Amino acid sequence: MAKMNMLQAINNALDLAMEKDDGVVCFGEDVGHFGGVFRATSKLQEKYGKARCFNTPLTEQGIAGFANGMAAQGMKPVAEIQFADYIFPAFDQIVNESAKFRYRSGDEFNVGGLVFRTPYGGGIAGGHYHSQSPEAYFAHTPGLKVVVPRDPYQAKGLLLASINSPDPVIFFEPKRLYRASVGEVPEEYYELPIGKAEVVQEGTDLTLLAWGAQMEIVQKAADMAEKDGISCEIIDLRSILPWDVETVAQSVLKTGRLVINHEAPLTGGFAGEVAATIQQRCFLHLESPIERVCGLDVPYPLALEKEYIADHLKTYEAIVRSINF
Amino acid sequence: MTNPNNATNTSVHSAEFISGHALSIPTLRVLKDDGTLYDGATAPELDKATALKMYDTMVFTRVLDERMLAAQRQGRISFYMQCLGEEAAIIGSAGALDDEDMIMAQYREQGALRYRGFTLEQFMNQLFSNEKDLGKGRQMPVHYGSKALHYMTVSSPLGTQIPQASGYAYAQKLRGKDNLTLCYFGEGAASEGDFHAGLNMAAVHKAPVLFFCRNNGYAISTPANEQFLGDGIACRGVGYGIKAIRVDGADILAVYQATKMAREQALAEKEPILIESMAYRLGAHSSSDDPSGYRSKEEEELWRKNDPISRFRLWLINQGWLDDASDTEQTTALRQEILDALKVAEKVAKPGIEHMISDVYAEPTELLQQQLKELKAHIKKYPDAYPVTAGRID
Ligand SMILES: Cc1ncc(C[n+]2csc(CCOP(=O)(O)OP(=O)(O)O)c2C)c(N)n1
Ligand SMILES: [Mg+2]
Repeated sequence: MAKMNMLQAINNALDLAMEKDDGVVCFGEDVGHFGGVFRATSKLQEKYGKARCFNTPLTEQGIAGFANGMAAQGMKPVAEIQFADYIFPAFDQIVNESAKFRYRSGDEFNVGGLVFRTPYGGGIAGGHYHSQSPEAYFAHTPGLKVVVPRDPYQAKGLLLASINSPDPVIFFEPKRLYRASVGEVPEEYYELPIGKAEVVQEGTDLTLLAWGAQMEIVQKAADMAEKDGISCEIIDLRSILPWDVETVAQSVLKTGRLVINHEAPLTGGFAGEVAATIQQRCFLHLESPIERVCGLDVPYPLALEKEYIADHLKTYEAIVRSINF
Repeated sequence: MTNPNNATNTSVHSAEFISGHALSIPTLRVLKDDGTLYDGATAPELDKATALKMYDTMVFTRVLDERMLAAQRQGRISFYMQCLGEEAAIIGSAGALDDEDMIMAQYREQGALRYRGFTLEQFMNQLFSNEKDLGKGRQMPVHYGSKALHYMTVSSPLGTQIPQASGYAYAQKLRGKDNLTLCYFGEGAASEGDFHAGLNMAAVHKAPVLFFCRNNGYAISTPANEQFLGDGIACRGVGYGIKAIRVDGADILAVYQATKMAREQALAEKEPILIESMAYRLGAHSSSDDPSGYRSKEEEELWRKNDPISRFRLWLINQGWLDDASDTEQTTALRQEILDALKVAEKVAKPGIEHMISDVYAEPTELLQQQLKELKAHIKKYPDAYPVTAGRID
């Protein structure tokens, strides 16, 4: 075990993957010599050479298309999109190409092994072009896998599983936690399962569901609720697509209540999908309406960021509402 | 149709490939480092008042940049981007425009906005995202914009303004305006698909737009030789069938001359023109960047000697339009003025909570109004957690 922050854990995962398999190649804007603007690919060019870790021209569309081509050839490209807010020029390559490569060719061709890594999320005074959480757009695309880690241990294991996945993965990294989240991480290779949620705290009165950087926030809300004698079961969804219906449903069957929290705006956010599925699965066991604590339906603000965030206080209020219903 | 392919139709009978570097585009240089002109060069027609306005704007930009980068270091603002080394490129081009020509910038072109008359207070209000900011405190520092000054609000996603500039210029043409659009972007942004789309659209539809590429050698850490292999960016204009010129971006006379001529031609012929300005991004990419990780101090020192401001200054002194002493005095006064404005702006309140939902649509939807109502109630319940807005909710 070693103490690592999330960036170090990601860097370590990439290092191990490149060491293990010479088909693994890392690239993106400023990813080469400099090691990426957040330094997630630090030292990889030095270690594995310019052919396997390099800067690309400034074109997300190009990066994604290039990655599709490499993966179709059988390599394992790990492409960095500098900010999730800048993934949209690549939307066509990801949504129409990566996601449908296998399907449209009858599995003559596929892009398994392809991973898009991209920092997402707010809380860093970044305004609407450095704070977005676009997971729901991609969750609406069959053929993609969408993964979000909450801490260094999760980031390493989930990233290694993503690189080893037979399907293309978008790996959203909570950038607010890059340096803030520190934990014990095994130095050796390990994978964590994609498509499996994790119960991080058991409880009896209410289920709290979140992912990524919001996990800290819901934990804080659960701690507040505990002082009122409310016992929360906390689940980290970890994979948005495919998502682990079973784990969430089992928990809600037990607690009878569900509060979902995400950073992205409410309308069309992934909480809506979870709520619809869970009310269908758990209808007769629900004690109160499913609550969603999300961003407002506005672009991510700058000066009013604090007010906008789906923070612990708003989550706590939702817990209390749910209990008192 | 005699030429369905719309391409040259002459023949050769043995295979010949044209080199990717068949074009080697020269750089227009007018003003030497010592403030005198190159042999064979003629200074553009430039009256004293315009020349001094350009010079003052360059100095203003330099001093503002120094002061605000320091303010960022002190934690007073969250982010900053300097124009350092590119002042001549920005102000020389802006100076060649009509005040009603549209400017669409990338983010390092504060000098052009200042040239148009953006006030120190307006700069400060944006940088501090306070309630007087024209953009209502919504964008990161340096994302300026002003309708009154015909300066499109800056958007962070790179290259997006390029096809927009083509469309804006096309609309100017359809409206019969005697104005065009000038679009700034970096050599890095020119790799985006939007660049290619924008140039081709403007070419095919004959939009009077000046594409002004600031080739400053870097896109964050990525040097230009890892960005493209062609002869700079200017050669791409030829590929799209539009006129192109390359200028020394530290030479304000060259930039001014090229832009002035390009403007006349673009308006007369109703066509786009590409200008590539060669300078060096002397500062860090932004306040979040440290160039020591990707380039040497020696390289920076070499380029520091190529200072666009001192070059122009020497020329102005040679013209007898500027004297050394009053110039230094002015700069000292400006520093103080900036500091005073900063102190005022940082105390101005942030935008009120109602601006959480304003401008998403022309009118807030019912759902948004409901969300605001709930948010206000929540803030009232926990005033200590939201100190910026809590005291100001009715
Ligand atoms: C679509 C998009 N991708 C990535 C970024 C992140 N980014 C901001 S500035 C920049 C470099 C731009 O370089 P260049 O266009 O040469 O302009 P310069 O900074 O040199 O003035 C990058 C990669 C962005 N803002 N938008
Ligand atoms: Mg550049």
